[in-house]
Amino acid sequence: MGKLALIIKREYLAKVRNKSFVVMTFLSPILMVGMVVLIVYLTKINDNEIRTIGVLNESNYFSTDFQGTESNSFVKFKGIGLEAAKDSIQKMGFYGLLYIPNEQDLEQVASRSFFYSKDAPGSSILNNLENVFKDRLRLQRLQELGVSVSDFESVDNNFEIKTATFTGEQNLKGITEIKAFIGGAFGYLIMMFIIIYGGFVMRSVIEEKTTRIIEVIISSVKPFQLMLGKIIGTSLAGVTQFAIWIISAFVMFGVLILVFDIDPSALNSGASNTPVLIGGAAYVAASDSAMQLYANELFRIPWIMLICFFVIYFVLGYLIYSSIYAAIGAAVDNETDTQQFIFPIILPLMLAIYVGFFSVFNNPHGPIAVGFSLFPLTSPIVMLMRLPGGIGEGGVPIWEIAVSILLLIITFVGIVWLAAKIYRVGILMYGKKPSYRDLLKWLKY
Amino acid sequence: MNNILVANEVSKQFGSHIALNKVSLEIPKNSIYGLLGPNGAGKTTLIRIINQIIYPDQGAIFFDGKPLQAQHIAMIGYLPEERGLYKSMKVGEQALYLAQLKGLSKSDAKIRLKYWFDRLEIGDWWNKKIQELSKGMAQKIQFIVTVLHEPKLLIFDEPFSGFDPINANLIKDEILQLRDKGTTIIFSTHRMESVEELCEYIALVHKSEKILDGKLSDIKKAYKNNIYKVGLGLQSANGLLEDLKDKFEILSSEYVDGGSQLNFTVKLPSDDTGPFLSHLSGKANVNNFMETIPSANDIFIRTVQSK
Repeated sequence: MGKLALIIKREYLAKVRNKSFVVMTFLSPILMVGMVVLIVYLTKINDNEIRTIGVLNESNYFSTDFQGTESNSFVKFKGIGLEAAKDSIQKMGFYGLLYIPNEQDLEQVASRSFFYSKDAPGSSILNNLENVFKDRLRLQRLQELGVSVSDFESVDNNFEIKTATFTGEQNLKGITEIKAFIGGAFGYLIMMFIIIYGGFVMRSVIEEKTTRIIEVIISSVKPFQLMLGKIIGTSLAGVTQFAIWIISAFVMFGVLILVFDIDPSALNSGASNTPVLIGGAAYVAASDSAMQLYANELFRIPWIMLICFFVIYFVLGYLIYSSIYAAIGAAVDNETDTQQFIFPIILPLMLAIYVGFFSVFNNPHGPIAVGFSLFPLTSPIVMLMRLPGGIGEGGVPIWEIAVSILLLIITFVGIVWLAAKIYRVGILMYGKKPSYRDLLKWLKY
Repeated sequence: MNNILVANEVSKQFGSHIALNKVSLEIPKNSIYGLLGPNGAGKTTLIRIINQIIYPDQGAIFFDGKPLQAQHIAMIGYLPEERGLYKSMKVGEQALYLAQLKGLSKSDAKIRLKYWFDRLEIGDWWNKKIQELSKGMAQKIQFIVTVLHEPKLLIFDEPFSGFDPINANLIKDEILQLRDKGTTIIFSTHRMESVEELCEYIALVHKSEKILDGKLSDIKKAYKNNIYKVGLGLQSANGLLEDLKDKFEILSSEYVDGGSQLNFTVKLPSDDTGPFLSHLSGKANVNNFMETIPSANDIFIRTVQSK
């Protein structure tokens, strides 16, 4: 035990003291924020481009429409032919020309109108133009039917069916998705952690091989101890990194609140007001109580249980994958040789994430979701996506959790045993790029 | 118990490749033992088995009379052929780590490291990183780490490969001193001439089998072939060579210095040199007369060929 502790300590310190690790720890949050800012900025620039569109209106309609918007401005042509208008549009470098012919009635005008442009127009522009036509057409048809605009608007309603479980708990639309999203976040976290820190474990093994210190060390400790110490030490470094990120996020949030004097509750109410803008005054009360329900529902997610299971699935899943990473590191001489072995590891992880997002979101307890949440290589991710829905009735059956954890433990023991065998042989093999067949042979040594 | 280590019919197979085939060895206490053989003969496999890095398929190893166990790791010091150090770790920290892995306490390790660092005059390297050191410097540290826990048995795999001559001599002296203090030393090498002078006992390993072992002096005696190198000073080319060729088995001969010196090798029928020397007396000046003692390499080649 003393030796294992020594190895863990060394691996941890080696990782934490590493310059790139320190830089990444403090740079990543800045990079993340910068990335978001950059994306927002770029989207804005993209939208900021004002396109000028020529309108050649020969009809008697639409005379007051086509006012400039944030992204479009309109130039009206009068008294010239279509071809001449097209020419001048091109000469002036405008985006396109909307041609509205002179016809008997609005329906015909609309159906004969054309939009000319240099290349296929973007959908946002077309939507803008089409909406103008749609509004006009709707108004005219309403008039023909003898319905007033206010009557029409009162006809429109925002009906949503209310749902409840058999035990009478009220369900909320979209809450399944929100819960799955929370679970998805946990699952995604596990995947990222496995890929990043599994890779660290692998590189650390390769480093020991290339510096040739490995044989010195395993003449003092068992290869299995070394492998385990490496995995634990590296993941502790990872946990440290995550802790720093979470703490710094809280600190930054706190600083923001203090510096800009933002009332945190204002953020909440602001968010809850958003749907009001769409509906009408009548919707406000309903929306407020709905938000309340959503909040209640989120509070009712068994967070403690969720975090406990997160830890269990995380530890088991991470140990399984990182021991495979360690075995790969032991099998090869340099990082470029790892590609062929890495792909099969990433595959179940990606599968878990995609199956999670597509299948679990739609139906958290469907056969695919159940299957993947039992299969040990995907269960840490998929099961966590299902768990926020609760355990037992209406949630994940207890037997499924028991089976998936049991399978995970059996796989863990099996995989670690196999990986340790490959590791033990691999670390002493130099100068040969092994094939899968070689790895199989090593298992028999 | 006079043997620190006994291997009893140890076999090891990797897939279809037999790395060791019923190899038995007895390594006497307080000796320098040469484990000799070409690359791929199985030396490193045997050493790894002794270090419990891998385990034999058959056979057993006894350390100081007891079956080899995990606790014996602390009594063995091993400098592998493939040796290295963590590049980005500081020298002192790294030496402490490796010493602690061998079971030394931190404070104990510090005291001993200080002693060795001073002894090899590298005290000021403590806070340097390995990547700042030259290869020879790193090897001194590897040597220290190998011997620091005062093992009863030291195993050096290809010890002098990569050492510059000065360091090689320094290390050689240190090893001899350790032997004098009671440590048993195993040298494993394919460059037999590099350790021959140091070894008291040798074992020759070839194609996974031990083909010969024992006390080096006994082996040499047994393999002695009564071949002598002779240098004669001649007054003139007086037909002596022809005369000698008639009476003795002359293996090769040459005249040097314009015919005033005759060098030849002769194989005598027994180790009694009397008749030969008396035959020469009065006919020429014997400038030198030397028995050619077979080197370990010669013995190895002859043994392999005779099998």
